Amino acid sequence: MRVVVRLAEALGAEELLDISAAHVDSCLYHGRAPLDFAERLAADGATVVVPTTLNVSSLDLLHPDLYRGDPEEGLLARRLMDAYVGMGCRPTWTCAPYQLEERPAFGEQIAWAESNAVAFANSVLGARTDRYGDFVDICAAVTGRAPAAGLHLDRNRRATVVFRLGGLAPELYTSSLLPHVLGTLIGAVVGNRVPVIDGLPDPPGEDWLKALGAAAASAGSVGMFHVVGATPEAPTLDAALGGHQPAEVVVVAPDDLRRTRDRLNTARLDGATGDALATVSLGTPHYSVAEFGRFVEALGGRRVHPEVDVYISTGRGVLSEVEERGWAEILRSVGVTIVTDTCTYVTPILADTTGPAMTDSAKWAYYAPGNLGVEVVLGSTSECAESAVAGRVVLDEAIWATGSHDG
Amino acid sequence: MAERPSLQVAGPPGGPVEGEVLHLDEPLSFWGGLDAATGEVIDRHHPQSGLSVAGRVLVMRSGRGSSSASSVLLEAVRCGTAPAAIVMVEPDAIVALGAIVADELYGWPLPVVLVNEAELAKLRTGDQVRIELDGSVRTINAAL
Repeated sequence: MRVVVRLAEALGAEELLDISAAHVDSCLYHGRAPLDFAERLAADGATVVVPTTLNVSSLDLLHPDLYRGDPEEGLLARRLMDAYVGMGCRPTWTCAPYQLEERPAFGEQIAWAESNAVAFANSVLGARTDRYGDFVDICAAVTGRAPAAGLHLDRNRRATVVFRLGGLAPELYTSSLLPHVLGTLIGAVVGNRVPVIDGLPDPPGEDWLKALGAAAASAGSVGMFHVVGATPEAPTLDAALGGHQPAEVVVVAPDDLRRTRDRLNTARLDGATGDALATVSLGTPHYSVAEFGRFVEALGGRRVHPEVDVYISTGRGVLSEVEERGWAEILRSVGVTIVTDTCTYVTPILADTTGPAMTDSAKWAYYAPGNLGVEVVLGSTSECAESAVAGRVVLDEAIWATGSHDG
Repeated sequence: MAERPSLQVAGPPGGPVEGEVLHLDEPLSFWGGLDAATGEVIDRHHPQSGLSVAGRVLVMRSGRGSSSASSVLLEAVRCGTAPAAIVMVEPDAIVALGAIVADELYGWPLPVVLVNEAELAKLRTGDQVRIELDGSVRTINAAL
């Protein structure tokens, strides 16, 4: 409770509020210190008082052989996971708790950590959580209380920056890349302000919104966004803005998006000679059932190139569904490795970090070079499939051309 | 809403904290951006990638990115590679949490101070500054 109260003071909150659920990010191993914290809480007899889910850990408990890290560190990571399960958290081990069957309802006050989950809960579910970090997530779960501040409150949920797309080719609108690149651009512009996207030709689905939030929360500190006509607090632009004038209106052109994509790519590409590929990593945040379906379709039964390792990270719940549909079997038979409970950029899993790695996730592209020392190329899901089969980077640069549609 | 506190997390009660400013041109996510074992900025996209935050008065406009940043900051405190203090304009729960738990768990108070934009702009890399007990930031020796 002291941590919750001190945070409330630090944020200038006058009171605490009751929460009905929590999502804990502190179960990913970052060293001895966070383990000291968890074991101290557990030793003091702490248990959660609201339904609490757990974020990714450092280990894949379903496929333990995938872990290539230091064995001793693996044991410490396991101790950390056990400490949180011991306090009553559900061993969900996913960064996409909104893909679980039970998820928070509109207007529910919750305490979620994990930056992409925070953005999704606020923006897409209409639940209310501030951008929580490690430690207070479990403290809120144990006390059932959180500071009445930030995105818990109506006044901080209004959009102040409007984004409009102009002149994009139809192929870019339908590419899985668009929300990743647009989210990265938005995050860098707005910092911690709340953006609203206006004038999309078709209302996007949950995977699109997930990608946008994850990218914006990595490139900036976005805890909430609106998409007019798609997210629950933005039936109209005026509603998203809370009846106020926007502080800033940004028009995004294809060139802005291409430059953003170029900045995320760290691998030097020489398309003429064909760039050899070592790894393809998908599923950041954890792949949904629909995303698995799209990748299976894009592969079309073709085997991945023998020199390329393909990984897809997902949650256990999604994996069971994918197993039931027979897709897991298909993917494994063509050479794809499915990773659960963790993610390929938070723990040593990749077999080869010397060659370039391709991903369909801006968040993975952002963090993997620093975390793993790998060079990255960002592509769409179908470009990743084509590249995995070809064994070299295959990109369709035509999608960045200026189109006739004005968004 | 209570008035915005200038001192987000208090430093040691015994006296002010002094150190040399490292003013980051862009906010840094400690997770994925800071190696807690060495204190080095490892975010390859960051303009100050490769510099060390250890023992510095870290100045950045706001926090950024991952919610695991609190854990990395705490681990940096344990490893002795954490900044001496953090100065920001925007209050940030994730940064504050790392500092609060460092105090609760290890009795290592890491002051987190909020200033306005004009004050932030005045703090330049290399300046020697003192964080007073009330959270005010005073320049002792300006860098050349």
